[in-house]
Amino acid sequence: MVDGRRFSAHQGETVLTALNTEFGHIRDFEFRDEKRAGFCYMGACQDCWLWTDSGERIRACSSLVKDGMCLSTDALGLGR
Amino acid sequence: MRDEPPIVVVGAGPAGVSAARTLVGAGHRPILVDEGMFPGGQVFRRPPSPLQQSDEKLYGFDARRARRLHDEFAALLPSIVYHAETMVWAVESNLLHLARGDKTTCQPWKRLILATGAMDRIVPTNGWTAPGVVTLGAAQIALKAQASIIGKSVIFLGSGPLLYLVAYQYARAGARVVAVLEAGRPFQRFSDLPALASGGATFARGVFYIAWLKAHGVPIKTGIEPLEILHGSDGRTNGLRYRRKGQGRETILSCDALAIGYGLKSETQLADLLGVDFHFDPQQRQWLPTTDLDGRSCVDGVYLAGDGVSIRGNQIAAIAGELAALALLSDMNGSEAPQAGSLRREISRARRFRRALDSVFAFPTDQLKTLPDEALICRCEGLTAGAVRDVVGLSGESDINRVKAFSRLGMGRCQGRVCGPAAAELIAAAASTDILHVGRLRGQAPLKPIALATLAGGRDEGI
Amino acid sequence: MKVFDLAIIGGGLAGCSTALHARKKGASVILLERGRCGGQASGVNYGGVRQQGRHPAELPLARRSRGIWGNLYALVGCDCEFIATGHLKLARNDGDMVDLVAHQAIAADHGITIELFDRADLRRRFPYIGDRFYGASLCAEDGQANPRLAAPAFARAARQLGAQVQEECPVEHAVLSPFGFEIHVTGQDTPIRAHRLVNTAGAWGANVAGWFGDSVREEVMAPNMCVTEPIAPLIGPNLGICGGGIYIRQASGHGSIIFGSGVGTADRDALRARPLAAVTMDAAKAAIDMVPALANVLVVRSWTGIEGRMSDNLPVVGPSPTVPNLYHAFGFSGHGFQLGPAVGAVLAELAIDGGSPTCLAGLSMTRFAGVPDPAATSPPANKVQPKGKGNDTDEK
Repeated sequence: MVDGRRFSAHQGETVLTALNTEFGHIRDFEFRDEKRAGFCYMGACQDCWLWTDSGERIRACSSLVKDGMCLSTDALGLGR
Repeated sequence: MRDEPPIVVVGAGPAGVSAARTLVGAGHRPILVDEGMFPGGQVFRRPPSPLQQSDEKLYGFDARRARRLHDEFAALLPSIVYHAETMVWAVESNLLHLARGDKTTCQPWKRLILATGAMDRIVPTNGWTAPGVVTLGAAQIALKAQASIIGKSVIFLGSGPLLYLVAYQYARAGARVVAVLEAGRPFQRFSDLPALASGGATFARGVFYIAWLKAHGVPIKTGIEPLEILHGSDGRTNGLRYRRKGQGRETILSCDALAIGYGLKSETQLADLLGVDFHFDPQQRQWLPTTDLDGRSCVDGVYLAGDGVSIRGNQIAAIAGELAALALLSDMNGSEAPQAGSLRREISRARRFRRALDSVFAFPTDQLKTLPDEALICRCEGLTAGAVRDVVGLSGESDINRVKAFSRLGMGRCQGRVCGPAAAELIAAAASTDILHVGRLRGQAPLKPIALATLAGGRDEGI
Repeated sequence: MKVFDLAIIGGGLAGCSTALHARKKGASVILLERGRCGGQASGVNYGGVRQQGRHPAELPLARRSRGIWGNLYALVGCDCEFIATGHLKLARNDGDMVDLVAHQAIAADHGITIELFDRADLRRRFPYIGDRFYGASLCAEDGQANPRLAAPAFARAARQLGAQVQEECPVEHAVLSPFGFEIHVTGQDTPIRAHRLVNTAGAWGANVAGWFGDSVREEVMAPNMCVTEPIAPLIGPNLGICGGGIYIRQASGHGSIIFGSGVGTADRDALRARPLAAVTMDAAKAAIDMVPALANVLVVRSWTGIEGRMSDNLPVVGPSPTVPNLYHAFGFSGHGFQLGPAVGAVLAELAIDGGSPTCLAGLSMTRFAGVPDPAATSPPANKVQPKGKGNDTDEK
């Protein structure tokens, strides 16, 4: 689940691959009305940080999807 | 051996693995720290096991070298201390600060080999932050490590050998390659040919990719100036507007994904924090850590190898890794290894080919002159080219760190990794000064973002 | 030969403000800055604009400065992102609450309004603050500004009024000659001459003072600070704590959290300062303790700067005890950013008008042993003694 929306993924997929496949983007950009979907896929550009629903952080391109994973683009209302 | 001061290798790509192997061969037990899930670096990146494919499919012509690296690594594993998915977030004299997951630890070091690799070098085009626009490296990673493609019809935009390789890989994977749009004019000057041909098999492969793409009807256009990456109402990219340099007529191509890359850029933040000297390399048009031919830096005990010190590709990286390890050993023992000479010669031999590549696929600095004011330059902070030009104009500053202080350029999550090279060109153009005077963004800890809770707690000896 | 009415050594916020205010009085002004204006502590500090919690000796300056901060746009053409977010100082125990009450009365004497909160009030008004605190005091008109913009904005304004602001211009030495001050700049054959000299050389201020026999000990400090990724508005006022330690603010507009505590390493001669990982880790811990919701926010950068510190944590501000027409303002000990604009205004008054309405009692160099005090009429025991308490370095 991400922001309450269900998504499915194959074993071995990163959160980035799974979310992009399902939604075409992964998060809202902070400073403009635009979506972001990762850029470098190798942990360099830092454009794909998300929150888990328990508040921890994951970088979508370097985190594998886990069964039952619950994500938020704006956990605790802190993401802007 | 147990009490000897630790040797740490940072990075498990071709250079790092080669360095580790050389150290193990000399009876040491190096500590290998790597951010990746698996060894191989970006070039020989491996997918998680459920997505495993044959090496031939993953690495093409490089399959043999990839297999060798992975086999070598497997053989090496019992003789090294390997920390995967571990980031060096800070470094102080003789202490590396590591983070893995939500835990941190300190790793003492006496000697250090940095093999931190490279990432894509980007020239922003108006609209480049739209979903569906990724780096060439990302396009390749999607294919190699995720068995997925970034889109069904893809434009490849940029400059350099990787452009043709990734386009070829995408076409082979069943994607429609809309076009390969090259900023340079690599086939224009026959005078470059002898130097290029000195690249031997590497050059031959490049020729093969291009010929293959052409034979399969993929348009390859050179001398391209991208004008705008277009997007649909959903925000995703759906095309590119461009023109041939110096021509007025504009062309629009449709796509559902676009990969950009203008060569590679060394990842040098760690070397910077360690106090290694830097110099501006006019061929690669970037600031690089200064080392001798063997990879010795000016900082005692710090050695560098691979694309993190100069962009020379994975074959040279492996040689440089070995050479750096030999330099380290020779500084420890006072005697030089016999094979060092031939390794140096191999690196020198490759220089001509690299220089030719650097000149044929030169960084298209003109694009930063014509980049429209409304285009984003810093994707983290949402800063436009116009805002940076305004700061340069109003303050009269051309030092990139001053422009950063006034504009927030490079102050976001990536700390200027992505925008740095292009921003320097943009500032140089706006201030009508030489790129040398613009300087370089300084590395600051943490080298990559790290949560407060990770810093605060969970110090773990078990990393 | 040109003789300036006033020369200034050091282009930090205090120096640039001096240049601007002296120029506004019509004096001919030259400012000499070794690097770039605001390149040292003035430009890389925490950005707190705080009156609350200051030593009483600093309050007249702080009060005056607050007035200038509120009118920056008119003065320098840029608000430097100043905004009165307020400053909330947290009490760790009942003893701290007693101190806050006492400080409220002192501040009131200087026209500064401070509101006190007990534990329940604190919880209600600022629910994001950790629950271990006993109460707090709020100075609503305190706030924050962007330090990277401030000194350059003052320098620019001074330049526009005709001050000579010379950057990349290291002063090697200065002497008092029969013709006034002679200032020797690296690479220039003829010295720069001026009738009056202001020393706003920051961590190098005692060195400059020493050229004239005003010998005082100035240590260096490098406040260790961090900034996070931008987050949604969370923290209202800047946060500090009784006894010093952690300080936190959220950059208004941008949304990033800036926090710090402790010090990194500084090498005054090499112009090099670095944060320390262990200090950063402790600061992160203290920050979460103060605002638990920060736990999972990402730190993107740490930094520090070279700052001068006096043994009693108060700056030296005022005329030289020995040399006429020489004025010092340095050693701000980690909390000079807010004071900078007023320090410049006051130094300009002292140097050009011969006196200032703002009281500098307790800040003169004469408070240190071994520094002659020609004006001393009372025994040293009666001088304003710093209390140490209530003077935390939460602005750097």
